Amino acid sequence: MEVLEKNKVQTITGAEALIKCLLAEEVETIFGYPGGAIMPIYDALYGYKDRINHILVRHEQGATHSAQGYARISGKVGVVFATSGPGATNLITGIADAQIDSTPMVCITGQVASSLLGTDAFQETDVMGVSMPVTKWNIQITKAEEIPAAVAKAFYIARSGRPGPVVIDITKDAQFGKVDFEYSSCHQFRSYIPIPEVDQVCIRQAAELINAAKKPMILFGQGVILANAQNEFKSFVEKSGIPSAWTIMGLSALNNDHPLNVGMLGMHGNYGPNKMTNECDVLIAVGMRFDDRVTGDLSRYAKQAKVIHLELDPAEINKNVRADVAVLGDCKFTLPQITRLINEREHKDWLKQFKDLYQEEYDAVIRQELKPDDDKPISMGEVINMISDKTNGESVIVTDVGQHQMVAQRYYQFKRWRSNITSGGLGTMGFALPAAIGAKIGAPERQVIAVIGDGGFQMTIQELGTIYQSGVDVKILILNNEFLGMVRQWQEMFFDRRYSFTEMLNPDFQIISKGYHIPSNKVEKREELDDALDQFLNSKGSFLLEVMVGKENNVFPMVPSGASVSDIILK
Amino acid sequence: MNNKIQLYTVSVYTENNIGLLNRISAIFQRRHVNIESISSSESEIEGVSRWTILIYVIEEQMKKIIGQIEKQVEVIKAYYHLDEDTIYQESCLFKVKSNLLFEEGQIQNIIKESNARIITVNKEFFVLEKSGMKKEIEKLYEDLKPFGILQFVRAGRIAVTKEPMEISKTLKAIK
Repeated sequence: MEVLEKNKVQTITGAEALIKCLLAEEVETIFGYPGGAIMPIYDALYGYKDRINHILVRHEQGATHSAQGYARISGKVGVVFATSGPGATNLITGIADAQIDSTPMVCITGQVASSLLGTDAFQETDVMGVSMPVTKWNIQITKAEEIPAAVAKAFYIARSGRPGPVVIDITKDAQFGKVDFEYSSCHQFRSYIPIPEVDQVCIRQAAELINAAKKPMILFGQGVILANAQNEFKSFVEKSGIPSAWTIMGLSALNNDHPLNVGMLGMHGNYGPNKMTNECDVLIAVGMRFDDRVTGDLSRYAKQAKVIHLELDPAEINKNVRADVAVLGDCKFTLPQITRLINEREHKDWLKQFKDLYQEEYDAVIRQELKPDDDKPISMGEVINMISDKTNGESVIVTDVGQHQMVAQRYYQFKRWRSNITSGGLGTMGFALPAAIGAKIGAPERQVIAVIGDGGFQMTIQELGTIYQSGVDVKILILNNEFLGMVRQWQEMFFDRRYSFTEMLNPDFQIISKGYHIPSNKVEKREELDDALDQFLNSKGSFLLEVMVGKENNVFPMVPSGASVSDIILK
Repeated sequence: MNNKIQLYTVSVYTENNIGLLNRISAIFQRRHVNIESISSSESEIEGVSRWTILIYVIEEQMKKIIGQIEKQVEVIKAYYHLDEDTIYQESCLFKVKSNLLFEEGQIQNIIKESNARIITVNKEFFVLEKSGMKKEIEKLYEDLKPFGILQFVRAGRIAVTKEPMEISKTLKAIK
């Protein structure tokens, strides 16, 4: 019946056509906020309430982060609705975040009528111009009949190749206009090559380098997750026997307890992988882009090593680090081809060097962080460590940005794939709460824990209203140090302890939570923590737990800004 | 790779869509690279626009910029060339008072020597068109300046490559 209807031409409004396009793209959830210029679309949506779930957020930025959380956990395209002008401009932070972290997202914005374009009409903004630098693609639609093809192209672009955000700006008259509705999804167009062709010569060269390597090291990023290549990656790691380190976007692509997982790269990553980056003879980067937070000073980064770069996006090759062998293509297909050609090996002595450095780091940093002395305040690390144990590493962890983020990345022991959601490239404070809402909707069977600092929480705190209204079950953990902790840490280390505007006078978060009918608890003493975490994790429905942690604790190790990765300091 | 800052001619083949100018120019703006000149028109391929953009950069940066341009989903292909690899022209228009043609004999010689072309004359003014290298245009400008130039405008460089462009092959492969 559905198939027959699909092929039958019907004359409907552009607004209804849009909803039908979304159904054809199998959209189940929209995160949005209505307003004048998108009212015809919202009116059409009203007629499809039984088939599409709409989550009413409290600020458009929240809609984008929710859509990101949804997309990251499910691998589907996140969909956002917003009105023109301020509605659209409020999306920009989330769109920029999705762009830099390669998250598939389609944002649909209402626009003033086409006759008013360029007249500074009420709530008119040049959404095309404003969103252009932070979108993979954007388009403005002024006629109803243009809607189906544009939506088809938008979804195709958002999800194919290196995913990213797309904006469709639809004028009000296009929403009201009539269209003979027909939909066919988009699978290609001539100017766009989402997946580059695989060069077999490069596959062979990569395998040869790996086979000849004495001290090889793998760096993996989100590309492994985006390609759904967890199994292919694991086989590659296990056959090659190569120590593997992750970027925060790659975290959870390989279980933390895997014997070849040697930990986190970059500024607050583990001691071993940072040090060994400048010791290895072959560096194999899989689906990562050598962000400056990962590489530190590029002029002193892995200069001794041959670099193999497995990457989907040709523009990433040689952008930051020169590749000796660039293996372009989807790593789901290139990894098995390399795995086939490499020898089964173990690198026992080399791996032991990582383990020794881990022990050094454990003694200098980790032990105190996970089990502080009794007279010390609660540390973020001990809270995360306890949650990791209590949830058996099986929860979805959504983090905001700052110290708590680095600590959560370092100490939660992920045992499940695609479980870490964070704002990596853009570092968007306020990301976690709305992203956690989206993550829960994208994976309702999983437990979703938002880990947030007291600063970031207040950037999108209004999304507690979304949680209340939609009934989404999100566990909210506030690690409160009454500071913008990461900035304070830098002020302490590099700005002579001049704590310029980083101390926070915070409201009573429990009273706020109560206002939104979300049960809560607050922990100030270590002896209360264990029970409070049980209550938090076992609560039915959402729960907010505030834990007061050491005000001036620092995150270590650290690669100081501008230093080489091998100059990582333990304290 | 050449580490000298050089003048590169960037040729970009794109779909003919609204907003693409913004996307292309933003790639230069974001990297703090000034565009010396830019021109766009239909290309030898139906429905495909061709952009000619001049910038001063080092080759490494040039390659990265090409990567970023080609990453745009509506860009078909981008190339970069040095002057010696292209045949290029610039063109300009001068508007000058007509009485000078009769009162200043020298002007007629300047026009003849410069291979410029008079495209219109009326009682008030005449318009001179000149195509050629930037240097030639600059010389003509200097020569005419003492007599008074009412208006002067120069278009961006356009260039074709000495070697064949592989764009047609690329397009066939896509189809």
